[in-house]
Amino acid sequence: MKQPSSAFTVWRARWETIANNRKALPILLVLGLLLSFAIPQFNLVNPYIQLIIMYVGINIILTTSLNLINGYMGEFSVGHAGFMAVGAYASAVLTTQVLPSELNPWLFPLVVLAGGIAAGLVGLVVAIPSFRTRGDYLAIVTLAFNMIVKSIIENIEAIGGPRGIPGVEKLTTLPWTFFWTVLAVWVIRNFIYSNHGRGVISIREDEIASDLMSVNTRQAKLLAFTISSFFAGIAGALFAHLLQFISPRVFDIIKSTDILIMVYLGGIGSITGSVLGATIYTVLLEVLRPLGMWRMVLMPLVLVLLMLFRPRGIMGLREFRWLIPLQDLLGSKRWRQKKEASDATPAN
Amino acid sequence: MTYFLQQFLNALQLGSIYALIALGYTMVYGILTMINFAHGDLFMIGAFFCFIAAGLLKLPFVPTLLISMAGVALLGVAIERVAYKPLRNAPRVSAIITALGVGLFLENFTLVFSPYPQSVPTLIPNQTWMLGPVSISSLQIIIVLLSIGLMILLDLIVQKTMIGMAMRAISWDKAIVPLMGVPLNLIISITFAIGTSLGAAAGVMYAQAFPVIDPYMGIMVGWKAFISAVVGGIGNIRGAMIGGFILGLVEIMVAAFMPSTYRDFVAFALLLVLLIFRPHGILGKPRPQKV
Repeated sequence: MKQPSSAFTVWRARWETIANNRKALPILLVLGLLLSFAIPQFNLVNPYIQLIIMYVGINIILTTSLNLINGYMGEFSVGHAGFMAVGAYASAVLTTQVLPSELNPWLFPLVVLAGGIAAGLVGLVVAIPSFRTRGDYLAIVTLAFNMIVKSIIENIEAIGGPRGIPGVEKLTTLPWTFFWTVLAVWVIRNFIYSNHGRGVISIREDEIASDLMSVNTRQAKLLAFTISSFFAGIAGALFAHLLQFISPRVFDIIKSTDILIMVYLGGIGSITGSVLGATIYTVLLEVLRPLGMWRMVLMPLVLVLLMLFRPRGIMGLREFRWLIPLQDLLGSKRWRQKKEASDATPAN
Repeated sequence: MTYFLQQFLNALQLGSIYALIALGYTMVYGILTMINFAHGDLFMIGAFFCFIAAGLLKLPFVPTLLISMAGVALLGVAIERVAYKPLRNAPRVSAIITALGVGLFLENFTLVFSPYPQSVPTLIPNQTWMLGPVSISSLQIIIVLLSIGLMILLDLIVQKTMIGMAMRAISWDKAIVPLMGVPLNLIISITFAIGTSLGAAAGVMYAQAFPVIDPYMGIMVGWKAFISAVVGGIGNIRGAMIGGFILGLVEIMVAAFMPSTYRDFVAFALLLVLLIFRPHGILGKPRPQKV
């Protein structure tokens, strides 16, 4: 019998060497940083594609941070755009109304940080109901939170009310997007593989059992919500200074649904999945633009088909190996050897 | 006081629409423990069926209502068979995301054929009566009475018939009951048909009460009906009715006595307060957690 998939196996082997090579990570990072400076400097690609790259970066931050709650903690948060709105408004108010405009380019990292901190503080407030309610009821709390944020912004005249803030300076550049994206992914990955992160994952598996095993579930929930909303705020700040116009309507439930779709497209509980999901979704929406209105019909169909044939998303609960810290990898290898050894010699 | 009574009537009208939609959410949840996020969009399809039957085919009210209910029920059953059934044993969230995808598909598919808001002709002759100082329109009476009638009918079906007994049994235990000879797929299909046709009825009434319809109208109404289902205790049919009326009352009263831009804010803040004191809704029972 001929082997029909010989080309496929060759590509698969190559793909796996790339995906598992730990040296790839620093090389990719340095290359990415250089490219992010070079692209706007020498106009390597046209501005439209640069814009899409920046949106991809922002969406990666949003998706990874939501994955921390929905994927790793196993809750169902549907109000991520609310945190994004807090970050966007906090930073946009700073640059348009508080800070002198000539200082804006220099203070931009601090402004983004301020947006993240504002959203993180709000995230603390939302974490408190999560101590008592779970599942669908917590989903309602986050949904209500999203609508309340939108409603409050609409009712404050000082920040434009329903009209929003026009004329935000365009400060988000490719290097900054790259920096914040890498920072978000790096922090969340390290958090997940830390002791606290294990606590968060144990809540997903079984909250009562992890409580009995003396995991401080309240602290873990607080941490997860705060980190997640902090990065949502950072994404919001970058988004506001890229779009140059924000209004409450941008951050409604439809935006939250978009982020949810990216998370589940990539797969829950996987950082690689979040990065891939955000990239594929954003790029696909742009590539299909010539289809006009039918693109919005096609995208949900693709999503439904993906869920039917791969219910866990693209990378659900799996990870590129170079994203996993070395000691975890070695640990799991030792565990597998031990298991294989014990399977080979069953104890009676 | 007169003003209050007048607004109370409006609240009854809105609340009965919310309650009808919330019933669909809660029935599906009770049986499948799955949130059917496409339900708000099925409500929208119901309103568009009303537009097609009444605006293009010039049918009167009762055939329009029946056509819309039947059409949406078929659509709901088809969606369940194609999109949800293969995911019954998959992780719960995959089914939820599929439902979100189906909802988006319905919205955008309708948008392709009707990019502009459509206005629905009124089918019920508009007549108002004065009850003392309060005026009641024929539309309000029909909406409230019809919804209450449908709810009583549903309650009878669920409590008194064999099908209802099978539904309650399946929501009690999905693994054992099919072994007793209860046809699981048939009962789930019937549940979807009933739930979505109630949503379609709400859609027709909504299109009569607020006659401009567009493909995105189901999003907000759907989420609000979902909230009413949760307030009443999701999975509980009588709870969904109560939750719908409560949400309608709160929304109308806030809009009546405060600046109307505070409507969403106050309504949702009240919800949060309610969930703090009754984390499982008004009629919901906390399920015992096992380790």
